[in-house]
Amino acid sequence: MKFVLLWTDLALWLMVAAGVAYALRVRGQATLRSTWRRVLRDPVAACAGVVMALFLLVTLVDSLHLRRALETTNGTTVYDTRTLSVLDVLLERQTAMREISYSVPLGTQGFNKESFVDARGQAGRDYPRLKFGGAHLADPATQWAGDVARRGLAGLAGGAVAAALLIVLTAAVLARHHGGWRRALADLAADRTFYPLRAVLVTLAIALLLAGPVIALMPYYHVFGTDRTGNDVLVQALKSVRTAFVIGALSTLATLPLALLLGVLAGYFKGWVDEAIQYVYTTLSSVPNVLLIAACVLMVQVFFDKNPELFETAVERSDVKMLVLCLILGLTGWAGLCRLVRAETLKLRELDYVQAATAFGVGDLALMARHIAPNVMHLVLITVVLSFSELILYEAVLTYVGVGVDPTTSSFGSMINLARAEMSRDPVVWWSFAAAFGFMVGLVLAANLFADGVRDAFDPKARSARPRVFVRRGAPDA
Amino acid sequence: MLRFLLRRLGYGLAILVGVNLFTFFLFFSVNTPDDMARLNIGGKRITQAQIETWKQERGYDKPLYYDASRQGAERITHTILWERSVSLFALDFGKSDARQAINIGHEIQVRMGVSLALALPLFVLQVIVSIAFSLLLVFFRHTRIDFWGVVLCVLMLSISSLFYIIVGQFLFARLLKLVPMNGFAPGLDAVRFLVLPILLSLLSRLGGEARLYRAMFLEEMGKDYVRTARAKGLSEGRVLGRHVLRNALIPIITSAGSYLPYVFLGSLVFESFFGIPGLGAFVIEAISGQDFAIVRTMVFLGALLYIASNVLIDVAYTWVDPRVRLQ
Repeated sequence: MKFVLLWTDLALWLMVAAGVAYALRVRGQATLRSTWRRVLRDPVAACAGVVMALFLLVTLVDSLHLRRALETTNGTTVYDTRTLSVLDVLLERQTAMREISYSVPLGTQGFNKESFVDARGQAGRDYPRLKFGGAHLADPATQWAGDVARRGLAGLAGGAVAAALLIVLTAAVLARHHGGWRRALADLAADRTFYPLRAVLVTLAIALLLAGPVIALMPYYHVFGTDRTGNDVLVQALKSVRTAFVIGALSTLATLPLALLLGVLAGYFKGWVDEAIQYVYTTLSSVPNVLLIAACVLMVQVFFDKNPELFETAVERSDVKMLVLCLILGLTGWAGLCRLVRAETLKLRELDYVQAATAFGVGDLALMARHIAPNVMHLVLITVVLSFSELILYEAVLTYVGVGVDPTTSSFGSMINLARAEMSRDPVVWWSFAAAFGFMVGLVLAANLFADGVRDAFDPKARSARPRVFVRRGAPDA
Repeated sequence: MLRFLLRRLGYGLAILVGVNLFTFFLFFSVNTPDDMARLNIGGKRITQAQIETWKQERGYDKPLYYDASRQGAERITHTILWERSVSLFALDFGKSDARQAINIGHEIQVRMGVSLALALPLFVLQVIVSIAFSLLLVFFRHTRIDFWGVVLCVLMLSISSLFYIIVGQFLFARLLKLVPMNGFAPGLDAVRFLVLPILLSLLSRLGGEARLYRAMFLEEMGKDYVRTARAKGLSEGRVLGRHVLRNALIPIITSAGSYLPYVFLGSLVFESFFGIPGLGAFVIEAISGQDFAIVRTMVFLGALLYIASNVLIDVAYTWVDPRVRLQ
């Protein structure tokens, strides 16, 4: 077995490292700490953050790639040409449970009738049994409902036990501060904790209760059905999470260097530097975004087609394509943030502390790096979290237009794209669509709610726009 | 005013030159015309002669930026860059790169009408519905209606427009059979085909727009003139409809105005999903057919419309707010 570090893996893990570094920095600074505390004390944002963390977990498990060693007769090691992620290995059974074509969620029969010849030589047409889904049942007609219910309930019970364990564990941790675990439990139930732990635990419990039955049923059925080529839809949806995350996170990160650098430069130096930078971003933003991206992606595609020898495996190829797509999204999308940073810098440079620094003889570079850049970071943060969800939605549109991710990469965009034809079949094939919808709305909604929380905490002006009906009782509204 | 317009026009021209240079670089330098020819002719075995004829037919058989073999001004003018740029600025879009070359200019003329038929009513309705919905939320602020309204907005803007289209088509066209699934017919008949895309596009953007407008209105609500208006004894509805709405028009114009280029260029996704032969569908066809001449033209046209709509937005400011002077 050898580990393979794909480009997007590298980028993702670097991002995680940067996130940890940022968290350490937040710990060290009182103002940042209190602002983040405000984000986490907001129940909606905290729950959304938990959901995002769950999706991030799937992404990271899917971002450790390896190639298996194959056994050879002469003792040399040869590696599999397929690159698998840890998630692929975990879902190996589901990936291997490949049917012939469509099947309904939890189904035991194929979707299309097939001709067959039975034991007595009689020819007929009927729905064939699936090769894997419900294959352990002798007579699906009578046993199916009982089997699904039994396994589902067992899974539900497992989920409930895990959730209960989690709650007890939290209470045990809180016991010190709340005076005994009984008091801690009571405080949890009454939502009297410093962070909105009740809401967070409810969110986690719901996630566990949903995951339990799915995990219990997964080895024996296709919980979300299969698609046209017989692949498990659940596996695809899980694999798409990584694509969405990569696009959402890396594309925004790719905008940062240019936006931050040029924005600060333009605002700080004013004059012709400002004019030139403004000209560049106005030019860029005057081209309709989809067209610009399409043009860039087309160019890159032609380049890849011309040089097919650059990539060893198909996964590497589609991975580089995805990274390039992120870079393109970043390089075409920095104008908005740059404008904001420039405006903020224009404001900051007139402030007294900057004037004082200038009077002390601090150089331009040091001034920009130490005194201006840290103070526009809240804008950067707000933009990053806000555009994360937008980009996930955008990916679907781009894939539909034909300039999105590689067709071999599973993504929500390609799932929706296929679903379009499936929805016009008769009888309708809805499960692929429903799975993509559920996962995507879950992710995007969580991202949006989290972004709102971050914006409220970091931008005092935005806070006034928040509807105030259910203000958390017991917590002073900071 | 006139001086302002002239200056904006000059700046716009400079930006168009920039866009043109950028797209030219992107399309011709990253991949040479030879690559394009190979891609366009297709197939494995392509002779150099075939490539030469392809290039000659489309006028790509010249140097890209600079022709050293010529004399005087011809060194610059006898290049692809010069010829393509001049024809673009003269709004002569030429022919497409595909084998059955079509006249791009003519195609744009025909299709823009179709796009407008979809996008213009949509644009007007979008502004009206978003304002109405957000005013409703502001009227009921600090109540449950406002809270759940905002929740609905966030939910709506978390759903991809593709979902709206697929569900909408399934529901209204397939199950209820109220409207045709897709297609287009000229004249009054078009209404049947346009109702569903307009409705769905409206829905898919309502969440984001309404939330944005609501925030804008709330910001206005905190201002002194609102208190004065209330002190005069005006009803809340009047305060909102008369005073707040008028004062919030400037940010609304800015946000709505940014959609203007797309009113003319059409919506890529909606047009192609509903089989409406507008400019958006044209672009998608060009992208999937890898016809760079069309994509280049549309990029140019898009930039042109963007600049025009920005000038329009500025003029609209003076119209809604007499304090604004264009200088």
